[in-house]
Amino acid sequence: MSTAVAVKKDKAPFDYNKYLRPNKLPHIWCPGCGHGIVLKAMLRAIDASGLSKDQICMVSGIGCSSRTPGYVDFNTLHTLHGRAMAYATGVKLAKPSLKVIVITGDGDALAIGGNHFIHTCRRNIDMTVLVYSNAIYGMTGGQYSPTTPQGANATTSRYGNIEPVFDCCELAKASGATFVARGTAYHCQELEKIIFEAVQHKGTSVVEILDQCPTYYGRQNKYKSVTEMMEKIEKDGTVSVKQADKLPPEKLQGKLLRGVLHKIERPEYCEQYKKFIIGKAQGK
Amino acid sequence: MAEPAKKLPNIVISETLCKGCSICVDFCPTNVLELRGNVVAVKNLEACTRCQLCDLRCPDFAIQVF
Repeated sequence: MSTAVAVKKDKAPFDYNKYLRPNKLPHIWCPGCGHGIVLKAMLRAIDASGLSKDQICMVSGIGCSSRTPGYVDFNTLHTLHGRAMAYATGVKLAKPSLKVIVITGDGDALAIGGNHFIHTCRRNIDMTVLVYSNAIYGMTGGQYSPTTPQGANATTSRYGNIEPVFDCCELAKASGATFVARGTAYHCQELEKIIFEAVQHKGTSVVEILDQCPTYYGRQNKYKSVTEMMEKIEKDGTVSVKQADKLPPEKLQGKLLRGVLHKIERPEYCEQYKKFIIGKAQGK
Repeated sequence: MAEPAKKLPNIVISETLCKGCSICVDFCPTNVLELRGNVVAVKNLEACTRCQLCDLRCPDFAIQVF
């Protein structure tokens, strides 16, 4: 009689060390920070896209999220606060064969680098911009950022934030980005697919990723645990675009849409530059 | 005849990388893990279904299920 054991076939876990600099770990992020979850989803997406480590250039600004390039084994560049996309534009124009990925935070991209962000979108230069949006400036002590919700507490808004929120996706869409999506750290498998699609897209692709800062945002807004933050902000606070059509409008109130929100085709900057400028400059 | 022995999964936890955030403990659907001090530990290995949710959501590269 057969004694075959009826267990599920072993699914080998993903080998992250292939893309990491293991001697740099453990990373500086606080316990429960969502940036690590997003980093893992990104590494899985890059692995699925089949790009080699030398084909990728990762550029970041300043902030908690911008520490990411220190831990990954690609060509990496850690630049000035808010200016990551300006550096990335230079990298892409100098070497268009590279796949440029910009890692930036909500304050880095939308406040300090606001101009660089909208003009990168306007030019439609081929790069993937991942905006880690934790609604706070974590590295400098928890000041409110352009994505801190109205009424939320931060170190610089002790009586609640009165400023309206910047919608990163709407801003990118209006500025001319050709791929705009939103994901969360909670829905990490969906996020992996979104980042994969963003990396494949030719043109500026912007992905806003909602994640959690338990140390500053969580503590100042009376969240009891990381899990509670993830469930209330990322799970209950968002609706998938596929479900949104079926739900009544009152159920969508106060919720952010998740998934690919905008995707069009438009001439890409490097190609246009090659076509119209380089030839003329060389007198051909 | 006795039931054939079920092959148990191997949960590898790195104590140097784990920061004890308890994300894996809270999201485990079958309640396999627990927090011992500041490091996560396996409480009930038989219940593990190899769903890999702990691996997917661990922010610190500290847990993997083989």
